[in-house]
Amino acid sequence: MNGEPFPGSSHRMPIRGIAVCAVLGVLIIIAFIVSMNTGFTRLPPLDVIKTLFGAGTAKQQIILFDFRLPRIVISVLVGAGLAVSGCIMQGLSRNGLADPGILGINAGAGLMVVLFVAFYPANTASSIFLLPFLALVGAGLAAALVYALAYQKHTGLSRTRLVLTGIAVAAGIHAAMIVLTLRIDPQKYQFVSVWLAGSIWGTNWKFVAALLPWILVLLPYAIYKSQILNVISLGDQMAAGLGASVEKERLRLLAVSVGLAGSCVAVGGGIGFVGLIGPHLARRLVGPKHQVLLPASALAGGLLVIVADTLARWIMQPSELPAGIVVAVIGAPYFLYLLVKSKE
Amino acid sequence: MMTTAASSEPKLRSRPAAAAFIMFGGIALLALGIILSVSYGAANIKPAAVWQAVFSYNPELTEHQIVRELRLPRALAGALVGACFAVAGAIMQGMTRNPLADPGLLGINAGAGLVLAVCFAFFPGLPFLKLILLSFLGAAVGAALVYGFGSLAGKGLTPVRLALAGATVSALLTAISEGIAIYFRIGQDLAFWHAGGVAGVKWTQLRVMFPWAAGALAAALLLSRSVTLLSLGEEVATGLGGRTAMAKLGCAAVVLVLAGAAVSAVGPIGFVGLVIPHIARYFVGVDYRRIIPVSAIFGGLLMVFADIGARMVHPPYETPIGALIALIGVPFFLYLARREGREL
Repeated sequence: MNGEPFPGSSHRMPIRGIAVCAVLGVLIIIAFIVSMNTGFTRLPPLDVIKTLFGAGTAKQQIILFDFRLPRIVISVLVGAGLAVSGCIMQGLSRNGLADPGILGINAGAGLMVVLFVAFYPANTASSIFLLPFLALVGAGLAAALVYALAYQKHTGLSRTRLVLTGIAVAAGIHAAMIVLTLRIDPQKYQFVSVWLAGSIWGTNWKFVAALLPWILVLLPYAIYKSQILNVISLGDQMAAGLGASVEKERLRLLAVSVGLAGSCVAVGGGIGFVGLIGPHLARRLVGPKHQVLLPASALAGGLLVIVADTLARWIMQPSELPAGIVVAVIGAPYFLYLLVKSKE
Repeated sequence: MMTTAASSEPKLRSRPAAAAFIMFGGIALLALGIILSVSYGAANIKPAAVWQAVFSYNPELTEHQIVRELRLPRALAGALVGACFAVAGAIMQGMTRNPLADPGLLGINAGAGLVLAVCFAFFPGLPFLKLILLSFLGAAVGAALVYGFGSLAGKGLTPVRLALAGATVSALLTAISEGIAIYFRIGQDLAFWHAGGVAGVKWTQLRVMFPWAAGALAAALLLSRSVTLLSLGEEVATGLGGRTAMAKLGCAAVVLVLAGAAVSAVGPIGFVGLVIPHIARYFVGVDYRRIIPVSAIFGGLLMVFADIGARMVHPPYETPIGALIALIGVPFFLYLARREGREL
């Protein structure tokens, strides 16, 4: 639109973008350290550092390395993944409201989890490793359904139709979920409801290992495709000028977005708002170019979830609040603030 | 709604004969539905006994008690609540010129849900009368938040802004009620309410609800001309001499009372307010003086028959009526999204 050649023109990362990312990175590190102090057993900062370098007591070692550190790493990864997923969806649909939840991903994953918990004998020890995989399958199926229903042969994928279809499918899945949750016993219900509310429950290095490859592959790929996202987010005319390949690229990017969100929801439960707030926050800081916007979204999302999870552990000691609830309580007022300030 | 505005000439023609026919037919059907609803249930009661229970009540017979104390209030509440939801939806769709508007959009469901969560957690033994009035208050607070934030910004209350504010406030209030539900382990109790149902409606509830609902329905009829004006757009309405600000305020108040009363009695049943006005518009044209009464009758019909259906799906268990209506509503919403997606 503003005369920039496409494709192939190399974009340097502007200084502002680098500075913002650096600040966000530093904030994540600070949050990391604070989060390591916080919890049922408080570890003073000095002890944290000592333990990190192998000089802590056995108990401190266990708390830090086996419980807190994997959880913190997972919250950063989940936040980053969800925010990038939301950022891609917002770019693709040119809709600031788009969020993994909108494509039915949270609902699809949730339905699989509820189905599994309802019909599987209550042996959580072995099933806990099956859940993330099932959730991923559910997320993928729901997204595919939304896509198939929203796609039309002649007009392709209209952004409004995608969002509306997502809302409808999610509502349908929620109705099915309510019917199911009324039938399961209270013990199981508690587990399901905490999971659905977005609790970082995978406090285990195995979950880190399961989630990390998705992030490491899909996130750089999304950044690699950022030029195409820039074009698509400019509008249909611009995209139409590029011909048929846009439709293919859009599908590819959508798959990336679903993969990221699905794997994150599988481990982090139904954390909403990160995919909405992370990119919004990043856009305000670094502008609309996806080369910078995607990394900044990832950092903003990671920061948001790590702060939320730390607060969740701190507020209601000794019992814990799901991080997703804290994210919503932080995120919703921010979104309302954005809404009130917007001129459109 | 652009199509309606563009090709409004042929559609604006009124269909008084059709409307009259539909209204009388609808009322007859509704009476039939209520009779069916009273006759059908887990206990097999002969029609003669039903008749006697209603018109020559003998409090010593169990059959009479079932009919009089359980089935009759349930059937009547279904009809009344359906009318409330449908008329609230019709007014919202006309007022905001948003074909996808629904009482759930205004944060009413979420507000009532939060108050209920608070009541269940902190005042478990609260009498029903107070519970209804309090959840009505919650509905009003939810709506006031959405309406307030929606209209606070630059150019006032656009449909998109209303939808955004509604989604965000709902997410916030739902997150807080989820937190309370998880902490106090009352989630499954609330889930029954969230699923929506007229099964538990007693005379006391109906008595509390009736004056509000009846008054608001009457007010909706009085306001129907203004809704038609508003549905033509702000400029046209002002040009035709309508006082749009006053009309909007009146409409908002009526929607609030209608939806608040309905939600507090039977839970957040979605899609009635969305689907019914479209069907009514299809039959009687775009004049809200006809859409509103026809919506009221159709809404009552949908609820009464859905409630009968909810009892027939899996006897003696009851399927949540909200889920059943979602089953009808979701495909319809998808159809609307496909049709409207081009212009929105």
